[in-house]
Amino acid sequence: WVSASVAASRHSLAGAPSLGGTSAGRKKQTNKQTKKTPLKTGKNVKMGIFFRHDDLKEMLDSNKDSLKLEAMKRIVAMIARGKNASDLFPAVVKNVACKNIEVKKLVYVYLVRYAEEQQDLALLSISTFQRGLKDPNQLIRASALRVLSSIRVPIIVPIMMLAIKEAASDMSPYVRKTAAHAIPKLYSLDSDQKDQLIEVIEKLLADKTTLVAGSVVMAFEEVCPERIDLIHKNYRKLCNLLIDVEEWGQVVIINMLTRYARTQFLSPNQNDGKDAKAEAAMLAKCKPYVMDPDHRLLLRNTKPLLQSRNAAVVMAVAQLYFHLAPKAEVGVIAKALVRLLRSHRSVQYVVLQNVATMSIKRRGMFEPYLKSFYIRSTDPTQIKILKLEVLTNLANETNISTILREFQTYIRSMDKDFVAATIQAIGRCATNIGKVRDTCLNGLVQLLSNRDELVVAESVVVIKKLLQMQPAQHSEIIKHMAKLTDNIQVPMARASILWLIGEYCEHVPKIAPDVLRKMAKSFTNEEDIVKLQVINLAAKLYLTNSKQSKLLTQYVLNLAKYDQNYDIRDRARFIRQLIVPTEKSGALNKYAKKLFLAQKPAPILESSFKDRDHFQLGSLSHLLNAKAVGYQELPDWPDEAPDPSVRNVEVPSEEEEEEEREKKAKKKAPQGRKGRAETSSEEASTSESSSSGSDSGSEAEAKQRKVMRAGMGGCTGIPVPPIELPISTPCSPPAARPAPRRFPCLIWMTLLSPAFSAVKTYELLHRMAGEGLAVEYCFSRRPFPGDPHMVAVQIQISNNTDTEVKNLRVNEPKPLSGMRIQEFPEIEHLAPGDTASVVMGIDFCDSTQAANFQLCTHTRQFYVSIQPPVGELMAPVFMSENEFKKEQGKLMGMSEITEKLMLSEKCQSDHTIVQQLTSAANVGRVPCGASNEYRFAAKTVTSGSLVLITLERREGSTAQLTINSEKMVIGTMLVKDIIQALAQ
Amino acid sequence: MIHSLFLINCSGDIFLEKHWKSVVSQSVCDYFFEAQEKAIDVENVPPVISTPHHYLISIYRDKIFFVSVIQTEVPPLFVIEFLHRVADTFQDYFGECSETAIKDNVVIVYELLEEMLDNGFPLATESNILKELIKPPTILRSVVNSITGSSNVGDTLPTGQLSNIPWRRAGVKYTNNEAYFDVIEEIDAIIDKSGSTVFAEIQGVIDSCIKLSGMPDLSLSFMNPRLLDDVSFHPCIRFKRWESERVLSFIPPDGNFRLISYRVSSQNLVAIPVYVKHMISFKENTSSGRFDVTIGPKQNMGKTVEGVVMTVHMPKAVLNMNLTATQGSYTFDPVTKVLTWDVGKITPQKLPNLKGMVNLQSGAPKPEENPSLNIQFKIQQLAISGLKVNRLDMYGEKYKPFKGVKYITKAGKFQVRT
Repeated sequence: WVSASVAASRHSLAGAPSLGGTSAGRKKQTNKQTKKTPLKTGKNVKMGIFFRHDDLKEMLDSNKDSLKLEAMKRIVAMIARGKNASDLFPAVVKNVACKNIEVKKLVYVYLVRYAEEQQDLALLSISTFQRGLKDPNQLIRASALRVLSSIRVPIIVPIMMLAIKEAASDMSPYVRKTAAHAIPKLYSLDSDQKDQLIEVIEKLLADKTTLVAGSVVMAFEEVCPERIDLIHKNYRKLCNLLIDVEEWGQVVIINMLTRYARTQFLSPNQNDGKDAKAEAAMLAKCKPYVMDPDHRLLLRNTKPLLQSRNAAVVMAVAQLYFHLAPKAEVGVIAKALVRLLRSHRSVQYVVLQNVATMSIKRRGMFEPYLKSFYIRSTDPTQIKILKLEVLTNLANETNISTILREFQTYIRSMDKDFVAATIQAIGRCATNIGKVRDTCLNGLVQLLSNRDELVVAESVVVIKKLLQMQPAQHSEIIKHMAKLTDNIQVPMARASILWLIGEYCEHVPKIAPDVLRKMAKSFTNEEDIVKLQVINLAAKLYLTNSKQSKLLTQYVLNLAKYDQNYDIRDRARFIRQLIVPTEKSGALNKYAKKLFLAQKPAPILESSFKDRDHFQLGSLSHLLNAKAVGYQELPDWPDEAPDPSVRNVEVPSEEEEEEEREKKAKKKAPQGRKGRAETSSEEASTSESSSSGSDSGSEAEAKQRKVMRAGMGGCTGIPVPPIELPISTPCSPPAARPAPRRFPCLIWMTLLSPAFSAVKTYELLHRMAGEGLAVEYCFSRRPFPGDPHMVAVQIQISNNTDTEVKNLRVNEPKPLSGMRIQEFPEIEHLAPGDTASVVMGIDFCDSTQAANFQLCTHTRQFYVSIQPPVGELMAPVFMSENEFKKEQGKLMGMSEITEKLMLSEKCQSDHTIVQQLTSAANVGRVPCGASNEYRFAAKTVTSGSLVLITLERREGSTAQLTINSEKMVIGTMLVKDIIQALAQ
Repeated sequence: MIHSLFLINCSGDIFLEKHWKSVVSQSVCDYFFEAQEKAIDVENVPPVISTPHHYLISIYRDKIFFVSVIQTEVPPLFVIEFLHRVADTFQDYFGECSETAIKDNVVIVYELLEEMLDNGFPLATESNILKELIKPPTILRSVVNSITGSSNVGDTLPTGQLSNIPWRRAGVKYTNNEAYFDVIEEIDAIIDKSGSTVFAEIQGVIDSCIKLSGMPDLSLSFMNPRLLDDVSFHPCIRFKRWESERVLSFIPPDGNFRLISYRVSSQNLVAIPVYVKHMISFKENTSSGRFDVTIGPKQNMGKTVEGVVMTVHMPKAVLNMNLTATQGSYTFDPVTKVLTWDVGKITPQKLPNLKGMVNLQSGAPKPEENPSLNIQFKIQQLAISGLKVNRLDMYGEKYKPFKGVKYITKAGKFQVRT
């Protein structure tokens, strides 16, 4: 038996990786189990299992990684198929420290799957992960934390807590992200840790990297969604980071911010739905509504995400706009939502559900896209019905004729469920739009002769509802329907007809008793709802026309008295007491007529999506129309706005923090680039884009940044403008290069030395990195003597060492294609404390790519690079106003870039504007007649293409900047730089 | 968020399960099977099903149901979009997303699922990052692996996850640097009985295949960008640049990806490249009917319309069809009642025609509705909206790439009502 079982297991396992013959394998196993049953003592079962995985264990214990890997692959294949492999736990866990990465990964998969069942053994692996947490490589630290936190063993909660806390202040943002992911895991394992976890969340919320933002908000939503106060200080930062966060994080953040905004801001549609009087009173009482700038910030920063390829992101923004935006602005989301309708069926389904809800409240929004909701015969039924719902919601006086024509096509569809839904939709259109009621009714009556019974039945039900609105005019239809009782079998339809005849029996006095006669005959074979309506009809006829129907009524009531259904028996008894006068019957008898033949209000046909918008749109709860577990209620707008200053972030403290970080970074600098690059991605990217190859610019950078902060100190209340572009990379393209650095440089350098007052200087080699040799450079803006196509770069070298520096020269320039460098003549001696100034020429080929070369002394060589700001790639030209206009006329269309900007407070006078602009770019002023316009012209140095700049001041401090140049890249970058110079 | 995932084939076998939190028993799928039974056909299975303790959110792709188990509130589209991303990844890795492909590569599938979600929250969904972590299987590699015993898990660490352009791997190298763009436009239309257009719209996508070394920074501009009314972007595109200049500026992912999808503004009249003349009628007493359809070219901008296929879902009462086609071949499936006519190329000299008799079930009432005709076609070297790529520039790298743009117009959901 044992050997047979082993053979069987071998067989099934050999099949495992290919999984081709699953069924065969399964059959074998069942065979084996049947064999096992007669010997089923505890020991034997254990033995069986032991032998079953014997070969796997052997493989796991071997020294060869390939065998281990093969074994792990088979085990994972078993897990994937849902088979139990828990008995291999000890053998697998031994390999947790295996060198082979794939084996290790598969062991992790196994461990996380079974740790909960084998808690004691799982503890054996913990030390490996604890070691991993201390690894110098950030990715290994992250992966150790990820697995450790996934092991659902309560004993290790304190270890996890400690690990998370440590990881939350890790230098690597990736590890911090993993820490954020670990928080909900720990919380679900032990909710007592909540307070400590909230502290970690608070800390991580303050993180400035996009990598962490999405994950920590996710943790926030799972652990403490009610702690809205934690968001205040991070609100603006989250808004500004949003566009750069990965797409899944965006969804979570947007949903959270929707809730936040509902608690913190005032409704932008306050006057909605209140009557005029109340409105007037309101206006008198409170001041006019002004949108909080933070509210505006959120709306502005989420809008571009409507263009996301991810349907979930688009939906999240759409719901944010629906819940938060002023009525006039909500329209923008319609286009994006309609776009999603082209997507997969399941996406369509969810989007249509939400559109259905939105279209009730804001019909106008989707009206232009009416045709996008037209139905194709190939749509699945559930999509058809949802589209129909939307079409019905969108129907109004103007478009109803088109919609009804469309409905006519649908009625002939082969899909009968859909036809029934269409008939109901027609009914709804008819009740909502009085104009077309008769047309609809006629159309529906025609359907009564349809061959399909379902269609007829549905029409009857809808006609009944419509007739109830104006019965007097339609006795013909009622008669027609009375005839239908002979043919139609659908209970609901029969019941509807009977109710109609009973209700309006005075309109059809001759037919009604006859119908009752027929129904009395077939009473016993009818469905329950029909029986109830027969009794109803009998009662009503008895009251209005007792002469003809007295006996019939008695007969029906007698039949009902012995019916199987107690409801029907009860109803019969009740009605008999009410209508047939006996000596016992009381006061009610007199009122029987009033009771039965009272005016009944016509039913209102409503959309099933009405009022669903009290659920946050896009949520699971909205879709199910029921509160899902963990759903966070969308709060109503507050009546009074809470204090907006809670969102202000104090700048000085941040600066200190920054400084501290900088210090840390400096300390680490000598350890090599890696340590520095890990401090934070933000910083890493700045350092990399400023001066590649030299790490030591940090001190100067810190100072510059400080100046910038100080300059901005005055406008703390104003939200920081959104970050420009989602990308900034190591070999960052010219367009994405962060520009703001240049401006602070100006201030800082003007203070430095009068000789450089007009131009900015940049650092080529820092004193520390250059071992005492400091090199600065500036663009002198004079034509380079040797070659007119070169940009003159003035280089100032100072020797801060106490020895002489010899043979200073440029070596091995490595220009990019087309770029040329004219070296400066070698400086033979530079005495300690001395400063030398030389000029070199570089032809940048009209691009902002850096020119790299080596700066050599007699002992050392330094790799340096010069990267020109775009404004230095040109030289001023002087031209008349007419010439300017003529040239501008040639550079229209694609070559023209226009941008609006706000002039900063400093840039209000003519003088400062011109000064700021000319310092940002090397251009010459062109005379101009109009007082509110400034014109400048320049030619690019290499190719000599014209660059024309026009700045037009508008009212207030707005202005419009136009740049005409056939070099579009230069134009674009120049726009950015100029706006930077003028707006700050 | 996402608790577990079950993959179920059409015959109702659960052939893969993965849990990201504690294990959920397979029996939860019974609720799904119940709903599936109720829905009659697969298209009508509701994507969201509520059960007493869980919610099931499912998608149906390539004959596989991806059923995810949810325990708490989560935006349904979040899960649906993620599941589609999973299916796309399988497609990308194995060339097809089928039951056999998944079963054959079960270990890779498991490794992928492990990386894509952490505790139910998406972690790495970009194909470039995933490919750095887990190498896709190739025949050569599987042979090499089985000999040397090396693994298909990348031994480099996923640097992409740390970069702020997660969609591109570092250190890409090609000997031939190429960038291809396919501008594919689809016409969605409903044509009514009389041949007039009820609804027509052009939807387009630009699919790219980019094999460029290093970190190229591309910018793609159009002759007439104003045509693009509503655009959705791959995350690599700089939105601000598009807003201000209508230029697509981006550092591309490596390999195949969809750059943008767009809708052409609805003010423009849509050219309908084909017309259909049809005569379909059923007679009550003889239980037969006539079928006569001709397809001809209309506004096709001087290009040939090719790959024309017509599919018709005939009414249930149709037993058989006896037709003659002047061009191409037709098939009629008496079980599903689907008529397919593969026409091929349309030549204006001799218009393709399909004509003949329809046999109805005797005694059955004559069908009330004429079936609608679904048309597919293709026009090479034409973007029907007139969209044209102006130029592609590359910055950041020194080599000269080979560039190519291809235009195709296709029928999307093109339906003629009869």
